[in-house]
Amino acid sequence: MLDLVSNQGTSPTDTLGDSSLAIRGLTVSYGQKPAVFSVDMTVQPGAMTAIIGPNGAGKSTMLKAALGIVKPLSGQVTVFGEPLEQQRARIAYVPQRASVDWDFPTRVIDVVLMGLYRELGLLGRVRSRHKAKAMDCLHRVGMRDFADRQIGQLSGGQQQRVFLARSLAQDADLYLLDEPFAGVDAATEKAIIGVLKSLKDAGKTVVVVHHDLATVTDYFDHVFLINTRKVAEGSVAEAFTADTLQAAYGGRLATAQVDQLSRVVG
Amino acid sequence: MSGEEFVPLSLTPLLIGIFAAVACALPGNFLVLRRQALIGDAISHVVLPGIVVAFLLTGAISAWPMMLGAAGAAVIAVILIEAIRRLGKIEPGAAMGVVFTTMFAGGVLLLEQTDTSTVHLDVEHALYGNLESLIWLDATGWSSVLDLEALAGLPVELPRMALTLVLVIAFTWLFWRPLKLSTFDEGFARTVGIRTNLLGLALVVIAAIAAVAAFDAVGSIIVIAMFICPPAAARMMTNQLEHQIGWSVGFAIASAVSGYVLAGYGPLWLGAQDAVSAAGMIATMSGVILALTAVFGPCRTRAGAPVQA
Repeated sequence: MLDLVSNQGTSPTDTLGDSSLAIRGLTVSYGQKPAVFSVDMTVQPGAMTAIIGPNGAGKSTMLKAALGIVKPLSGQVTVFGEPLEQQRARIAYVPQRASVDWDFPTRVIDVVLMGLYRELGLLGRVRSRHKAKAMDCLHRVGMRDFADRQIGQLSGGQQQRVFLARSLAQDADLYLLDEPFAGVDAATEKAIIGVLKSLKDAGKTVVVVHHDLATVTDYFDHVFLINTRKVAEGSVAEAFTADTLQAAYGGRLATAQVDQLSRVVG
Repeated sequence: MSGEEFVPLSLTPLLIGIFAAVACALPGNFLVLRRQALIGDAISHVVLPGIVVAFLLTGAISAWPMMLGAAGAAVIAVILIEAIRRLGKIEPGAAMGVVFTTMFAGGVLLLEQTDTSTVHLDVEHALYGNLESLIWLDATGWSSVLDLEALAGLPVELPRMALTLVLVIAFTWLFWRPLKLSTFDEGFARTVGIRTNLLGLALVVIAAIAAVAAFDAVGSIIVIAMFICPPAAARMMTNQLEHQIGWSVGFAIASAVSGYVLAGYGPLWLGAQDAVSAAGMIATMSGVILALTAVFGPCRTRAGAPVQA
């Protein structure tokens, strides 16, 4: 039944080759109630897109389903016009910081080297050029001096920057980040947005699950609003409006916040 | 002790103890980090119905059918545990608890309802193993190590345990990188194409094979202890997984050797007459090592509280 309904979201797929990431009719459920229902999303190449929505709206779930981390009930995902499995090398993913155990016995540099997994394979030796690349990625996020630290000794913001460095090591064309600004200090936020903008300048596509509505217009050029279903999608000017926010957040957005935002979004 | 005495009486049980300890400690490192360490406990219980069924089918107490039965039951159990964990979305400990109590209870019922209870399938043998009985009577001294005729009389548990250890080492070596990556960050591991479900299942199956082989040779008490104590102790010695593996192997060997020696001679040194169970003493020593590292280890504080940056 759910399949039948959700498949109605499917639209012709002939133009998907032009997009970095295209999601069609994606429905994900953790229990009885769908977390994401019949969502279509088309990410423009070279854009910096924020996925926005209230808590529990399915933002992270949609991202995880698009990456094959959680199994969707239905839907299809194409990356640069081809099935996900064939394009894994072109994707970099930054999970939520809280999704891993930072007590894990490993060093900062080892985490960044994990980004080279596809290059190294099962038994490939870590050579000095791999180490140099990892150090360079750490340098780009301002964490070079921390390479030999145990990861549990880092602050939350530093951990987030290490995760970003690992994604840089992946040398991808499409970067997907899940709440990279959650609970980080101001210096880290600045460092991260600087790196993301440099990725965009290099022609990469960046998709970020984002929670801070106040920074959307400063950081992003495209938005995708979701509350289980898609609410709006498009450029910030088109899709990030008082109406779409009201539709996505309903009564959950405090009036003061709406006022403040309406000044931003006009 | 002279070679004439040591080689026939102590060399093989010592080696089997070491091999069993290391074969369990190696996958134990990952199981501890994945909060799945109690799988050793679970496996040691679920093999019972497998052994009983194997006996019912063959009607004989022979090692191979029973080991296959035990291995079959262990594999069924780990698949059930994984399935309950994933489908029921509950924590691994609960899934293990459900599966191993049910299967163990089923095994006890089977044992009671059939005439297997009259043969030597008693729990004591299963629990503590029979390390001291694995002697090499054909050996006359160190020269026997090169004597093909004498080698033919080696207890079969020795090559079997050695083979198991080779398998465990090969698995750990080959899949080191994806194992480490998926243990740390399963979501990321999937995005780079690692089939984490399959790898997780392979890890517990390897652990099950190591457990069943060790169980047959030395009893379940060592299995349960070695999956947990040496890796947990090793974690408190270092903050790097590569080094942790080395420490855990060292602690496993130290437990096996010190436990075996203390079991054989400790009571004599204290003026008592009898030796104590080597398996029990080896497990105890691994616990002592864990306690020592918990008090004196350099990395024993949880790094969870981040330092001020």
